[in-house]
Amino acid sequence: MTVTEAPPASPVAEPVVHKPSVRRKLVPYWLLLPGILWLVVFFALPLVYQASTSVQTGSLEAGFKVTWHVQTYWDALNEYYPQFLRSVLYAGTATILCLLLGYPLAYLIAFKAGRWRNLLLVLVIAPFFTSFLIRTLAWKTILADGGPVVNVLDSVGFLDVTSWLGMTEGNRLLATPLAVVCGLTYNFLPFMILPLYTSLERIDPRLHEAAGDLYAKGSTTFRKVTFPLSMPGVVSGTLLTFIPASGDYVNAELLGSTDTKMVGNVIQSQFLRVLDYPTAAALSFILMAVVLIMVTVYIRRAGTEDLV
Amino acid sequence: MRWIRKNLVVIAGLLTLAYMILPNIVVMVFSFNKPAGRFNYSWQEFSTDAWEDPCGVADMCGSLSLSLQIALWATIGATVLGSMIAFALVRYRFRARGAVNSLIFLPMAMPEVVMAASLLTLFLNLGAELGFWTILIAHTMFCLSFVVVAVKARVLSMDPRLEEAARDLYAGPVQTFVRVTLPIAAPGIAAGAMLAFALSFDDFIITNFNSGNTVTFPMFVWGSAQRGTPVQINVIGTAMFAIAVLIVAGGQIISGRRKNSALSK
Repeated sequence: MTVTEAPPASPVAEPVVHKPSVRRKLVPYWLLLPGILWLVVFFALPLVYQASTSVQTGSLEAGFKVTWHVQTYWDALNEYYPQFLRSVLYAGTATILCLLLGYPLAYLIAFKAGRWRNLLLVLVIAPFFTSFLIRTLAWKTILADGGPVVNVLDSVGFLDVTSWLGMTEGNRLLATPLAVVCGLTYNFLPFMILPLYTSLERIDPRLHEAAGDLYAKGSTTFRKVTFPLSMPGVVSGTLLTFIPASGDYVNAELLGSTDTKMVGNVIQSQFLRVLDYPTAAALSFILMAVVLIMVTVYIRRAGTEDLV
Repeated sequence: MRWIRKNLVVIAGLLTLAYMILPNIVVMVFSFNKPAGRFNYSWQEFSTDAWEDPCGVADMCGSLSLSLQIALWATIGATVLGSMIAFALVRYRFRARGAVNSLIFLPMAMPEVVMAASLLTLFLNLGAELGFWTILIAHTMFCLSFVVVAVKARVLSMDPRLEEAARDLYAGPVQTFVRVTLPIAAPGIAAGAMLAFALSFDDFIITNFNSGNTVTFPMFVWGSAQRGTPVQINVIGTAMFAIAVLIVAGGQIISGRRKNSALSK
C-alpha cells in the first residue's frame, strides 16, 4: 500500500533533468534524419535533376546542356497526346471497374463471410506473392485467340458490342484496348479491395439494424448508410488504383498492341531505347502534373482529408 | 430468381474472387505443360519435367536469388529507417511535421514510372554505374513510405501509459524501449517489413529503369516474354503462391490461437 509514495526523487532531480530535456528535444530529429535524408537524396533530388533534364538540349554523344528549351514540353504534348488521353481513359475505366468488382467482394468479406472471412482475405492477398508479371502473362493464355473465353464471349454477342464501342477488334481479345483494361483492372484490384474492406469493417453493424428498424429497404440502407460511411475507403481505393494504373506500361506492352500504347510505354522507350532524355523527362513531368492535379481536385470534391 | 437477388452480393463477390484467382490457376496448370515452341501460352501435353528441374533454365535461379538478396536488404533498410520515422511522427511534436508528412506521402502519390525515371536521371548525372547498388537504393526509397504507414498505424494505437508505467518502475529509456515499446510495436513493424519485402521482390518498373544489365527475377520474366517463356517460370510462380498461402494461413492460425488463449485466461 505504501508503494505509491515510492518515487520521492522529483524535487531532487529537478536541476539534473534540465540537460536531458534539451537532448530529448533533439530525439525526434535524430530519429527522422537518416530516413528523411534518404528520401531527400533519392526521391526529391532526382525530381530536381529530372526538371533540369527536361529543359536541356543536346545529344547523347555531345552531351546535354541546360538551355531552358521549354519547347520540348509542347513538342512532347503535341506528339504524344493520344497516349496521354489513352492513359487517363484506360486507368479511369480500370478504376471504375475495380470499384464495381471490388465493392461486392469487400462487402462480402466485411459483413457476410463469417468464419470464412480470414480465408477470403488470404485469397485476396495471396496472389500478390506470385510475381505480377507471371500473372499478367497468364492473361495472354486466358484471352488467347480461339480460346474458351473468346469463344464464349463471341457466341453471346459480347464481342460485337465491345467492337462497336471500339474496345475490341473482330473476334479477338488479345492485343485490344479491352485486354489492356482487363489486365489493369486485374492488377490493381487488391489495392481497391483492401481499403474498401478496412473502411467497411469499421462500420457498426447496429447501424444496419437501425436502418432496418426504421423501415429502410436494403438498397436504401446501402445508399444512405453503408456507402457514405465507406467513402474513405472508396477515395483511397480509387487513388491507389488510378495513380499506378495511369503510369503503368506492363499491361499495355504484354496484352496490348502498338495502338494501345500508354504514356508509360512512351516514357520507358524514350528513356531506355531512344535515349532522348529531355523528351522523356518532360513527358514524365507532365504525367506527374496531370496525376497530382487530378488527385488534388478529386480529394477536394470527395472531401476526405486524412488519407494516410 | 429470388434466391439470386437475395444473394447478389455473395455471387458478385465470389465472381470477383474467381477473376482474381483465375491467373494463379492458369499459372499452376501450365507449370505441368510441355510446350511445343519457345512460348508456354497454349496447352500441349501433361509433363512434370519443369518440376523435376526447376533451375534447368539458364540464369533464372540466379536472378531469383539476386531478387531475394535485394528484397532482404531493402526490407532491412526500409524497415529500420521507416520505423524510426514512424516513431518520431507519432510520439513527438516538432516543427516541420507537415513537410515530413508530405515527403512520406508523395512517393506513394506518384506513378512509379515518374520516380523510376527521375532516379535514373540522378544516377546518369552522377555517373553512377547501374546495378545491384542502384536497385537497392531505389527499392529502399520506395518501400520506406509503406513501412512508415504500417508502423504508424500500430504505434498510434499503442497506449503511451504503458511506457510511462515502465519508467515509473525505474526502467531506463533503453530498457523501456527494448522490453516494452518494441514488443508492442512488433506486429506493425513485421507488417511493414513483409510489405516492403513483397514490394521489393516483385518490383518491375523501378528496377527496369535502374538495373542496367543486372537481371532480377521480374526482369527475367519480362525478358522471357520477348525471348520465350520457360515452363520453370510457372513452377516458381506456383511455388511462391503456395508458400505465401502457407505463411499467411500459418500467421492467421497463430494469431487466432493467441487471441483465444488470451481470452481464455
